[in-house]
Amino acid sequence: MTNHWVDIKNADFILIMGGNAAEAHPCGFKWVTEAKANRKATLAVVDPRFTRSAAVADFYAPIRPGSDIAFLGGVINYLLSHDLIHHDYVKAYTNAPYLVREDFTFDDGIFSGYNADKRSYDRESWNYQIGADGYVMVDPTMQDPRCVYQLMKQHYSRYTPEMVTQVCGTPTADFLKVAEMIGATATPDKVMTIMYALGWTQHTVGSQNIRAMAMIQLLLGNIGRPGGGVNALRGHANVQGITDMCLYSDVLPGYLGAPTDADAVREEYLAKKSLKPLRPNQMSYWQNFPKFHTSLMKSWYGNAATAENGFCYDWLPKKDAPYDVLHIFELMHQGKMNGFLCQGFNPLAAVSCVKKVRESLAKLKYLVVMDPLATETSEFWQDYGEYNEVDPAQVQTEVFRLPATCFAEDTGSFTNSGRVLQWHWAAAEPPGETRSDLDIVAGIFTRLRELYQKEGGAFPDPVLNLAWAYSTPLTPSPEEVAKEFNGKAIADVTDPKDPTKVLAKAGEQLATFAHLRDDGSTSCGNWLYCGAWSQAGNLMARRDTADPSGLGFYPAWGFSWPANRRVLYNRANADPAGKPWDPKRKTIAWDGTKWSGFDVPDMAPNAAPEQDVGPFIMHPDGVGHLFALKGMAEGPFPEHYEPFETPLATNPMHPKNPLATRNPAARIFKGDEADLGTVDKFPYVATTYRLTEHQHYWTKNVLSSAIVQPAQFIEMDETLAKEKGIANGDVVKVSSHRGYVRATAVVTRRLKPLTVDGKTVHTVGVPIHWGFVGVAKQGFLANRLTPYVGDANSQTPEYKAFLVNIEKA
Amino acid sequence: MSQLIKRYTSKERSNHWVVAIAFILAGLSGLALFHPAFFFLAHLFGGGPWTRILHPFIGVLMFLSFMVLAGRFWSLNRITPADREWRKRIKDVLCNRDRGLPEVGKYNAGQKYLFWVMVICVPLLLLSGFFIWQPWFAPIFPVGVIRIAVVVHALAAWIMILGIVVHVYAAIWVKGTIRAMTRGTVTEAWAKHHHRAWYRQMTGK
Amino acid sequence: MALQSLDIKARSATTTPTPQARGAIPVAKLIDISKCIGCKACQVACMQWNDLRDEVGDNVGVYDNPADLTAQSWTVMRFSEVEVEQGRLEWLIRKDGCMHCADPGCLKACPAPGAIVQYANGIVDFHEEHCIGCGYCVTGCPFDIPRISKKDSKAYKCTLCSDRVAVGLEPACVKTCPTGAIVFGSKEDMIHHAEGRIADLKERGYANAGLYDPAGVGGTHVMYVLQHADQPQLYADLPKDPHISPLVALWKGVTKPLMSLGIGVAVLAGFFHYVTAGPKEVEEENETD
Repeated sequence: MTNHWVDIKNADFILIMGGNAAEAHPCGFKWVTEAKANRKATLAVVDPRFTRSAAVADFYAPIRPGSDIAFLGGVINYLLSHDLIHHDYVKAYTNAPYLVREDFTFDDGIFSGYNADKRSYDRESWNYQIGADGYVMVDPTMQDPRCVYQLMKQHYSRYTPEMVTQVCGTPTADFLKVAEMIGATATPDKVMTIMYALGWTQHTVGSQNIRAMAMIQLLLGNIGRPGGGVNALRGHANVQGITDMCLYSDVLPGYLGAPTDADAVREEYLAKKSLKPLRPNQMSYWQNFPKFHTSLMKSWYGNAATAENGFCYDWLPKKDAPYDVLHIFELMHQGKMNGFLCQGFNPLAAVSCVKKVRESLAKLKYLVVMDPLATETSEFWQDYGEYNEVDPAQVQTEVFRLPATCFAEDTGSFTNSGRVLQWHWAAAEPPGETRSDLDIVAGIFTRLRELYQKEGGAFPDPVLNLAWAYSTPLTPSPEEVAKEFNGKAIADVTDPKDPTKVLAKAGEQLATFAHLRDDGSTSCGNWLYCGAWSQAGNLMARRDTADPSGLGFYPAWGFSWPANRRVLYNRANADPAGKPWDPKRKTIAWDGTKWSGFDVPDMAPNAAPEQDVGPFIMHPDGVGHLFALKGMAEGPFPEHYEPFETPLATNPMHPKNPLATRNPAARIFKGDEADLGTVDKFPYVATTYRLTEHQHYWTKNVLSSAIVQPAQFIEMDETLAKEKGIANGDVVKVSSHRGYVRATAVVTRRLKPLTVDGKTVHTVGVPIHWGFVGVAKQGFLANRLTPYVGDANSQTPEYKAFLVNIEKA
Repeated sequence: MSQLIKRYTSKERSNHWVVAIAFILAGLSGLALFHPAFFFLAHLFGGGPWTRILHPFIGVLMFLSFMVLAGRFWSLNRITPADREWRKRIKDVLCNRDRGLPEVGKYNAGQKYLFWVMVICVPLLLLSGFFIWQPWFAPIFPVGVIRIAVVVHALAAWIMILGIVVHVYAAIWVKGTIRAMTRGTVTEAWAKHHHRAWYRQMTGK
Repeated sequence: MALQSLDIKARSATTTPTPQARGAIPVAKLIDISKCIGCKACQVACMQWNDLRDEVGDNVGVYDNPADLTAQSWTVMRFSEVEVEQGRLEWLIRKDGCMHCADPGCLKACPAPGAIVQYANGIVDFHEEHCIGCGYCVTGCPFDIPRISKKDSKAYKCTLCSDRVAVGLEPACVKTCPTGAIVFGSKEDMIHHAEGRIADLKERGYANAGLYDPAGVGGTHVMYVLQHADQPQLYADLPKDPHISPLVALWKGVTKPLMSLGIGVAVLAGFFHYVTAGPKEVEEENETD
């Protein structure tokens, strides 16, 4: 979230799209009801299903799964053609006036630089025009045909309300009503928030769904403001923490881009990441990348990391390919990966296409599962009849199950969707021989290290030299780890402007990432978390409910990264002169000498408004990107592409260009293309989702959750049920080209057939949550149905739109 | 000493007393559940829950035994024109002015009416009781049916209790009656006085 | 559980007054259906606080689970898909459970002394140790709430967490409700709170929004804010005008004393007849006739 949970109460208009906050985030949803009750806010829900969020909404509009960009593009077109944008904001804080290279083009669904064989773009032309001064060329009047504003206007002019209806199936009146509600927040005194989740990410165009909304929020001037922002609702209590600590392969902790094969030389790598300002006076905060990176290496390798050895840069793996989960299982499937440590993860249930995942796991030599529960993954080799048909004799994988503590049994920090780190204390003793994940990892590591010590090995240095300075190496305490990721001064850290002033003495915990250095005098495990455990102690454990702003910022409750900042880009809450757009929702303002107020300024504290320092300090140009430059795999402007399994013959936006039917930059592995179904055999659109009674595949192990939602079901509309002779409560079989599930039919008016591109499209709802272990009724893993293809940028699989057939079982 | 006339066989007497005992138990347990003033009676049955458990079984026993009894005496209880005459002179009967009353067969009109009241009430009690029988049958029926059933059950039971009060009192009041149901015989004088037609039939006099 | 801090206003099968010296402020739970997201957290909180675990059932084609109230499920969400305005679907989600009537039909019907009590604060509570399992409370209830356990043949229903309320805590469902759709306080405050909610709903186009506090049962200590207060039956058949059924009123009202009196009169009539008219004896002369 750019903002935070409590801040939703400050919104005037709340849009829930690509998510279902009431069901998946019922606790956070309280802030929606607060906004409605206390601010008279309105709530609109756009979703293929009439969800429990829709049940309490002021307005609901249906949409076909996988057509969100068409809808949002329609909104952009509506805002631009009705001139419902926050002009001053757009002009000052976005790249709307910036000029784009002449060779950037868009032709019938394909941007310039496309290579159809590689299914990828050469993004060179997706860039600004750079003037003689080395800075981006700007047309403040936004009239230049090459300025972002004009290009955007032209790009989205195709997204007429009629086109929205044609692609999304949303009735035009419903679309216009939502567009009107959104447009009403273009004024400085109205702010809208968007709450989205996996309903946007789990598409082959997932990242672009979110970008489209980010553009809308920029046009409305809603980013950086209380009650505004672009707010991702994370699915697990600590999934934000996982992302921040970057248990993904393409980034290091704190979103530091990881080196690839091309980054053999440290200096070049650091230079590439240290983005230089593209406009005068901009902070371009990634210029500090070397400080963050060097401190990270010091945290990992301690004294072994020296300036002389490039802080052990050479020991870092350099990626030869993306190692997202789809690629990992593809490698396993090809027999190229034969060991798998699986921690806090149930891939058989969670990764797309159960058949392929099971086959992959069966090809492993060993599988280690660390989990509090007996997961499906750890039982993948067991025959559970129809639910998991396996011949155990054919599986050679050796499976180790290491029982791990559950969150209530250990101490540590959670980072919630709103970036707030909250310390939690163990509430119960773990059962039996259970150990915390920390202890398990420590056990594995110390044993490995012993082996390397004894036997040498091909490349022992990174293992032998890893800093492991915990008081008891086999059981590092959560407190020690927290202090470690916060970082400390190794030598005295002094003020660059006044070297006599010591900011942090050697050995002290650091208070802020501003004190990180690239000379090896600081260590920090995650620059974003720096300050969470400073000399003042564990700020994550704070529980002060003081709220001086009255806006629900609670600055002394926990610790919000970065720098305890509650709203990102909060400089944009004030106009270019430094006065809040809405005096009633003041966070920070220019007080004549510095930025001050109720939040930690996302701005150099003494950068006077006249200096024109842009609020989007992470960007080299300091502004919000309506034009994404080279950032996105499939183009700088979100464009509607059909899901990989589409009920339509072509993309209605590009009926004549088959290259533009599906996301032209999304990766699909050879074998998986053959596993895609077609509309003639699988005529219905399916979408998977969570229910409020359950949390993924865990709570089917919890009796009370099993009682309130005991058994698997499938949702379908009344018309389809009638056509298929299915009555409410009948058992039905839903099949895709990859598998089937059998479950009870819930025939409902909450799903409606939609008319899309001249044909009727039915949506079949497939709730996840059931499997073959647990105390709930046994069921089929929903991902038996889903395709093995992901978003072009994040590789998140397309769980939300695929094709199935349904019949009475 | 006058001669004795056989009025009831041992089977008939046993049958009657089974009905009577079942009635008393059902009545007492029923009253316990009917009004707080009678709840103390529940202790006779081992407390409230036992009262609730036993009452319907006793009721079924009463129904079954009564049905046998009713079968035995069915034809003897047909109402005749003489009964109507007797009924008209009920005041004389009550005031012990028995002279000149119409001749009565084995049963007088009062006894017959009571018989028919029982014939109606007992099945009604069984039927309505069936609808409210916890935990076996009540859960099957909609609450609307149960509400009618509880009222019917209470009314039928009340009528029956009143009838039995009269029945018992009559047995006490009319001297020489009780032995008919204890020993099976009555005196000739008793029969001649109260049931002359029956007396004639039995003795041929 | 009977708690001394909750004085008893009425007691089942009891004809004399209960101790009433100490007063209490009537309490109420207000369920704002327009805020309810049907998450069933209240159901789970109820299970956990009261140590109840129903059976793991099955899906029967709806979101309602468990499908009905049981001795182990004292509250359930009831989901209704309705179109009040043509083409505008509404998914009304009502938390069903005991309404804690001011004039409780269950208490009226109950034959077991003290098995059902009404506290001075308005909570109607079952004391299962006195329950005889007759099911009369089910018969008496206008809302179809009490359930007889198949295991122990006792009647069970929501206690409004009388144990928690007695020590100054809100009911478990209120405590857990994530959206604040369930609130608890004095009945007066709750009515006031509801007024604000109703005004808000009216502004949002629900012209018939209103409070459900049915007078037919003397008002209730569990109340609803309804978007369509004119049609409560839309909410999974919430009765429009609930009252104790006339049959139950007849059965447990006038008939009880009148019939008892009737029986007493009959017995006395016999006695006095015997005393005045005397026994009917067969005269000796007749014998010799």
